[in-house]
Amino acid sequence: MSPRVTLATGQRVLLQIRHDPRTIVLLIVVPCALLVLLRYVFDGREAVFQQIGAPLCGLFPFIVMFLITSITMLRERTTGTLERLMTMPLAKLDLLAGYALAFGLLAIAQAVAVCVVGFALLGLDAPHGAVLVGALAVANALLGMALGLFVSAFAQTEFQAVQFMPAFILPQLLLCGLFVARDDMAPLLDAVSWALPLTYAYDALARATDPAGLDGALVGDVLAVAGFALAALALGALTLRRRTA
Amino acid sequence: MVRGGHEVLHDVTLTVAKGSVTGLLGPSGCGKTTLMRSIVGVQIVAGGAVTVLGETAGSAALRRRVGYVTQAPSVYGDLTVVENLRYFARVVGVGPERVAAVVDTVGLGGREDQITGSLSGGQRARVSLASALLHEPELLVLDEPTVGLDPVLRADLWKTFHGLAERGATLLVSSHVMDEAAECDELLLMRDGALLDQCSPAALRERTGEQDLGQAFLRAIEQAEGSG
Repeated sequence: MSPRVTLATGQRVLLQIRHDPRTIVLLIVVPCALLVLLRYVFDGREAVFQQIGAPLCGLFPFIVMFLITSITMLRERTTGTLERLMTMPLAKLDLLAGYALAFGLLAIAQAVAVCVVGFALLGLDAPHGAVLVGALAVANALLGMALGLFVSAFAQTEFQAVQFMPAFILPQLLLCGLFVARDDMAPLLDAVSWALPLTYAYDALARATDPAGLDGALVGDVLAVAGFALAALALGALTLRRRTA
Repeated sequence: MVRGGHEVLHDVTLTVAKGSVTGLLGPSGCGKTTLMRSIVGVQIVAGGAVTVLGETAGSAALRRRVGYVTQAPSVYGDLTVVENLRYFARVVGVGPERVAAVVDTVGLGGREDQITGSLSGGQRARVSLASALLHEPELLVLDEPTVGLDPVLRADLWKTFHGLAERGATLLVSSHVMDEAAECDELLLMRDGALLDQCSPAALRERTGEQDLGQAFLRAIEQAEGSG
């Protein structure tokens, strides 16, 4: 692995996105607009908006980075650029770290925008600071990136890759406790939710936006998110083959 | 060698001379790409050994010495020509002066800041070729580099290939158009995953008694089938 190649890869991915200004606008504007929408859906029910909207600020980057990464990596596979890179002196880790660098920076931009809109403009409450929510958002974005990278290996077309969003992400969103407390679900679903990465991502955000006070459980959640992300990256690296049939 | 569930190559043994242009010729689907992929080390090889420049094909050390251009241009369509080349230059570890040099070599001067995806097919193919020239590879494997190019451009590219060979590089160029065979120092004739013959264009003409290399190739197939 070489810092030169990692950095070059990160810059290249950012350069690709810079050539697509509409994507940048969508990345920043869409989550903010959805948050505004949510605010007026729950008009006059501030407690509900706080309960759902505040953690959602930290979940948007997860969903978006999952999608973007799986499409970008799929393109890299189908256009032959991945094969070219594999014949070059580039370590797989250079590629993965380069992607993490680029999408991490993008996630920071998105998290800042969403948090400003949510906490400063729409009056959501961040009892332990909006910066904590923003930091969790970036960590979740990297988790989304790692998962997106991994599942992209199982998509042959962009149509399939897009379907992985409802297939992989939506069930996790339903089971993570955002809409219904996990204790209130069917016991089987509660059990399943323990195995899903988004459960820990949400739990950390719920604690970070709950005035009841922080405890060590947040650290445990963050470690779980990091563990899932690293495991997905390792599995993703296995799907990057130098030799193919 | 198995690709796509079929045995594609059987008992292929070949050696290519240093500093020459060798043409790999044969009909579509005869195994040219699979052979080239094995040489650059991206093909899972079911049996046998592929040794390139004294090392196992695809080994880490070879990645700095071998250049590979796939049939479909493998460059980033959403980046400009120089952005593509600058990225690949940093990956292979050469300075930015090489970017200008390869742009010149493939005749893309004036197109540097154009988005690669908006170029014509032939121009895109040349960006792909330029990316493989950045690190001045000792062995350059080119899969149908002249497909879809106009005759003028094709002649230019062949001049470029010979120029590279004169400077010591070894080129393996595949084509399914027999009239390009005349441009090569040496020919590898392939059919149905087997190597039919290895000879110079002159030797092929002489042995088959055909001046037209396309006819000569057909005659060579007949002769091979007649004797086998």
